[in-house]
This record gives sequence, structure tokens and C-alpha cells, in this order.
Amino acid sequence: MSFLEGALLALTLTLPFAVYRLVKGPTLPDRVVGLDLITSVSVAMAALYALVSGQTAFLDVAIALALFAFLATLGLARYIEYRGHKGD
Amino acid sequence: MVDLLVYALASVGIFFLFVAAIGVVRMPDLYNRMHATSKAGTLGVGLILVAVAVFYHELSVAARALSALAFIILTAPVAAHALGRAAYLSGVKPCEDTYIDELAGHYQKNHRLESVEVKPPVADPSE
Repeated sequence: MSFLEGALLALTLTLPFAVYRLVKGPTLPDRVVGLDLITSVSVAMAALYALVSGQTAFLDVAIALALFAFLATLGLARYIEYRGHKGD
Repeated sequence: MVDLLVYALASVGIFFLFVAAIGVVRMPDLYNRMHATSKAGTLGVGLILVAVAVFYHELSVAARALSALAFIILTAPVAAHALGRAAYLSGVKPCEDTYIDELAGHYQKNHRLESVEVKPPVADPSE
């Protein structure tokens, strides 16, 4: 196992912390924070896998994942802000 | 030599992602947890992307990695601000150790920030 494969393995150990926050809550914005950290770690894993496998196409995966994470966070924030307000 | 630099950058990036993960679990309230993800998490991902840009000696790969880095640096504060504002307006309370809430009473019903009409109390010079 090379150093970068070990680094990829170490990166997966951060995921249970974020999943804990995603499951436990206690409020909806807390869950969104956990989801945000999960996508950040996924972007980092895609970038590291571009190093491990030598296929630079995984950088495009990282860019698309970051874009979707940003849009999802904005959409969920807008939902949290305006839920319950009819007509908004 | 370049390999050592790549390994160092990736290791420091993974360390900061660990810091973000521990902060998300251990911090007392939502606003502190958002500091952990938006600062330490962004730094960790950014260092790993810099490691990718250093590892490949090609302009096209480095440009993609650095553009991903620029995108993350630009969007992480925007997302954190939108989420924090939404949480504050939907009534998520800070933890009990917080004793200054400068936004209290400044938001109107339509979620506009009212900063002009509410003035802080001025000390009376005659006393």
C-alpha cells in the first residue's frame, strides 16, 4: 500500500463524524452542516484518487461535486428560511 | 523532492479535514460547528487540491485543480452565510455560553436587516 492509498484510507475515517452529525441533528441546519462536510470530504477523496489512479478525469468529478454541494446548501438554506411562510 | 512536497501537502490537508470532523461533533452549537466546516474543511480540501496541482507537471491538470480550489474558496463563505442566516431567522438558539446577540431585535418580519432606525443608547453628557 502506497502512501497516497493510506491517505485515502485515513480520509474515510473522517466520514463517521460527519454522518453522526447528519443523523443526530438536533436541528435541520445541523444536518445540513454534516452533509456539507460529507461533500467536502468527497471532493478531497476524488482529488486524492486522481493522484492514486493517475486518471486526471477525477478532477472534473471533484469540480462537479463541489458545484452540486454549493447548490444543495443554498437550496436547503432557502428552504429552512422560508418554510412555514405561505406565499413566499 | 516533489513527492515529499505532495505527501506533506496531502497530510496537512487530511489533518485539517480531521479537525473539521472533530469540530462538527464536539462544538456546542450550530454556529460554532459552521466555523469548523467552513474554515478547517475548506483549508483541508484546498491543500489536497494544491497537492494534485503540484504532483502533475501539466498545465491542463494544474489549471483544473486550481480552478476547483478557486471555486471552493469562493462558494464556501457564501453557503455558510446563507445557512447561518437561515438558521438564525428560523430560531436556532446559540449555546448557553453566548451572552452577546447583536442581531437580536434587528430583523424585521420580511427578513430584512433593520440597522438604521434602532440606535444604541447614548450616554447623557449632563450626568
